[in-house]
Amino acid sequence: MSSPERPSRRGFFLKAGLLLNGIVGVVLAVPVVRYLLSPLSRERKPGYRSWVSLGSVANFPAGETRFATYRNPVVRPSDGETATIACWVRNIDGARFQVFAVNCAHLGCPVRWFPQSNLFMCPCHGGAYYADGARASGPPERGLFEQRYKIEGGSLFVEAGDMPTPGALATLSVRRPSCPS
Amino acid sequence: MSVLTKIGRWFDDRLQIGKPLMETMAHPVPRQTSSWFYVFGSAALTVFGLQVVTGILLAILYVPSAGEAWNSLQMLNHQVAAGWFIRALHGWGSNFMLGIVLIHMVQVFLFGAYKFPRELTWIVGILLLLTTLGMAFTGQVLRFDQDAYWGLGIGASIASRVPLMGPTLVKLLLGGPIIAGATLSRFFALHVFVVPGLLIAFVGLHLLLVIKLGINEWPMPGRIVRRATYLAEYHELTQREGIPFVPAAVWKDIVFSGFVLLAIVACAVLLGPFGPGGQPDPTIIQTSPHPDFFFWWLYALLSFLPPAAETPILLIGPAIGLVVLIALPFFSGEGEKSWKRRPIAVLTVLLAAVSLGALTHLGAHTPWSPQMDAWSGEPIPDRYLKGRTALERHGALVLQLKQCRNCHALDGAGGERGPALDGIAVRLTQDQLIRQVVQGGGNMPAYGKNLSPAETTALVAFLETLHPAGQAPARDASRAAIAGTPP
Repeated sequence: MSSPERPSRRGFFLKAGLLLNGIVGVVLAVPVVRYLLSPLSRERKPGYRSWVSLGSVANFPAGETRFATYRNPVVRPSDGETATIACWVRNIDGARFQVFAVNCAHLGCPVRWFPQSNLFMCPCHGGAYYADGARASGPPERGLFEQRYKIEGGSLFVEAGDMPTPGALATLSVRRPSCPS
Repeated sequence: MSVLTKIGRWFDDRLQIGKPLMETMAHPVPRQTSSWFYVFGSAALTVFGLQVVTGILLAILYVPSAGEAWNSLQMLNHQVAAGWFIRALHGWGSNFMLGIVLIHMVQVFLFGAYKFPRELTWIVGILLLLTTLGMAFTGQVLRFDQDAYWGLGIGASIASRVPLMGPTLVKLLLGGPIIAGATLSRFFALHVFVVPGLLIAFVGLHLLLVIKLGINEWPMPGRIVRRATYLAEYHELTQREGIPFVPAAVWKDIVFSGFVLLAIVACAVLLGPFGPGGQPDPTIIQTSPHPDFFFWWLYALLSFLPPAAETPILLIGPAIGLVVLIALPFFSGEGEKSWKRRPIAVLTVLLAAVSLGALTHLGAHTPWSPQMDAWSGEPIPDRYLKGRTALERHGALVLQLKQCRNCHALDGAGGERGPALDGIAVRLTQDQLIRQVVQGGGNMPAYGKNLSPAETTALVAFLETLHPAGQAPARDASRAAIAGTPP
């Protein structure tokens, strides 16, 4: 029997064993946490946000708002149809465009365009937006999410990547297309 | 000695659990707890068992892949023998489990069972409620249809509003930048491994506490719980007039559980499985996403809260609710147990039930959702068109073509987002009608830019005809005064 004030050899080895397991645990935790946080580190990889073609500009007549779909740049084999994303393309005057995400700025339900009344309406809680995406009425606190676009070689490209959500203002491009004048 | 007894004894010589098991089963419980009010906990456990079994059966054939899940559900419904029945059992089992858990919680609250020394049992019960709700939400996602897809969008939109961490939370929730394969995979892992693992652990802890501390005695008005004396009093109660749990009390649990299982089977057979609804294709936007019934109250709340209050209430409300529930046994750990002497407790339950019930009813009915097809699908009642001028009829056409009907009903048909227009002329004068149409306001978009002056004139002319036969339309008294004619 060892005296209480002098640590025994067994007690020392018990503590050393626990310490060893603790160190191994911490070392193992690093890759596990990295694995769990992989959805976050993914956006630093190339191709996360990229330009995707919506087809020829001719498909979007001046003064009209048309429905368009594209394949999300980040895609996995198991995604199926869910990686095909919809958006609304507004050709303002033949030269300037607006591309709106289909998701309502309230809770993300798909808004529908009604050309007769020039309104976007949401089927969930009744949010409504004007033709330029500005909030018209209902629970949304802001206008529709706008995506950046560019025209290259007669095709309309849209910057795509992540699903817009109302809290993620910083990651959204709410920039208006500059007037070519 | 029969062969069976010999085999049993052989095992028990090694396991040595027979004696403690028998003692636990036969432990004395207060006589009055052999009651039909004390059967909900065991029934919830029984239904959870059913969920585990049917869940494993479904996992044999379900494919947790965003591209395949919907097809595998169709296959389960239509091609696999009894596949629809297993799905129906799992779906109805989930509804029953949630219902029974809530009833159990109300009963425990009204019987004061959360008071000393059963505080921890109550807190673990709260965790069980949360995990059960977690199972319900993740399960709804696995039924990967349009409602599941857009429901995830709603979940992501709510998560995104958390200050600072919002976008990070969204990516972790979805497993990537969009709702896709990775999202379904992680909800599958949550629904099948993580949350059930927690649920089983909490159930074990909950049961252990019930056995260690004894079942709550029947509350008697005037029998006050005091920390100093309660344990001795309870011991006295069980020893003096206690009855063995098995078989004196357990038979009611068994009978009730049997009826609950029977009810689930009946619902499954008669009403069938839930969905799946439309394909989870984000490019099909002709959809009206609707959550499962246990989230209807939330769906309703999200529509009625003022926009500016929505985020704080959504994020802080549940946290406060949770803190109150967990803190309950600490600020009310002693005193009366009987609901007959606890009017505030009874009123709290009633208030919660009425609020949840009313919101759920509204969530089923969704009067705030525009009827997206009303403008093209619902005719204008012909009595509103008979004998009208060309201008007024043109106005009726404008009303239809500009989608007014999506939010405004005529003769009970159309949206309920805005007020019904049947008697609108009685409420608003011509000027007020023009102002409302052109400027909007009060949850109505401004139509000023979208209507030509001629269309506005026609529309208002039609709206002015909408008043009951015996009631004159509203008019501006000042006009008559200015014109110098008596009103």
